Amino acid sequence: MARYEVYVTYKQGIFDPPGATAERALANLGYEGIQSVKIGKYIQIEADAGLETVREMCERLLANPVIEDYRIVTEGEA
Amino acid sequence: MRLGVVLFPGSNCEQDVVHAAHELGIGAEYVWHGDTDLAGFDALVLPGGFSYGDYIRCGAVARFSPVMSEVVRFAERGGPVMGICNGFQILTEAHLLPGALLRNTGLKFICHPQPLRAERSVCHWVNLPEGTVVDIPVNHNEGNYYCDAETLERLNANGQVVLRYCEPDGSRAPGGSAPNGALDDIAGICNERGNVFGLMPHPERAVDPLVGTTDGRPFFTTVMARLAEVAG
Repeated sequence: MARYEVYVTYKQGIFDPPGATAERALANLGYEGIQSVKIGKYIQIEADAGLETVREMCERLLANPVIEDYRIVTEGEA
Repeated sequence: MRLGVVLFPGSNCEQDVVHAAHELGIGAEYVWHGDTDLAGFDALVLPGGFSYGDYIRCGAVARFSPVMSEVVRFAERGGPVMGICNGFQILTEAHLLPGALLRNTGLKFICHPQPLRAERSVCHWVNLPEGTVVDIPVNHNEGNYYCDAETLERLNANGQVVLRYCEPDGSRAPGGSAPNGALDDIAGICNERGNVFGLMPHPERAVDPLVGTTDGRPFFTTVMARLAEVAG
């Protein structure tokens, strides 16, 4: 059994409305020096599957390659 | 002519589509998402709603329904397919249409009548003179159309942009007229061939005079007339 953690985020240049809202809200709270805030998805997978298969899962379902990037962290590498 | 209305778990506009079709004298029946037989249908509509709870991304799960392989085949044979709202999202996830629908820029679920201008397009579903303004309701949270610059250029060059959000007089505001932040004010696009059409507004809610506007009627009658003509 392998454990994977998948992070799905918008591609560079794609507007992320929840992230932009959090960014403004943090500035309103008085936090200074914030460059940017991005909000994405975090997915945990436990499976008898290799990294290649998890990559395929990301390409086909978990992320939309048109708008999103994904990063897979294998347990132990984190 | 028979219209198939594809029903996914979580669809909620299918009855409106069937009602609109019947109002216009078009035969319409539901097609269950588990069905794989589309024989006898001349055109298909993927209605709005929240298929599979919109989990992962809008349309991401619906796209893998058994019926969708048949919808793809139907579209590849040139069969007319229209995706409304969630149906549009499903068509982009299924790669039948380019681009994606992102969260509305204002983070608000929008729900109001919306002026739209018809563009000159190759779409089989819409044949309105360029610049015609129609008033049709929008009702969505993820209607912010996005595609890369190259795709946008192609859409414009091929006449694949079918509808744009606009002001009531048909003009486009300098900062954009899209209530959801959509790229280039895009409200509806079709594929290169023109048979697959996706739009965020709901033409089925602008058919019955009871609701105040009948601007949505051509979105159903045009394709039917075209099919009748082809059938001779």
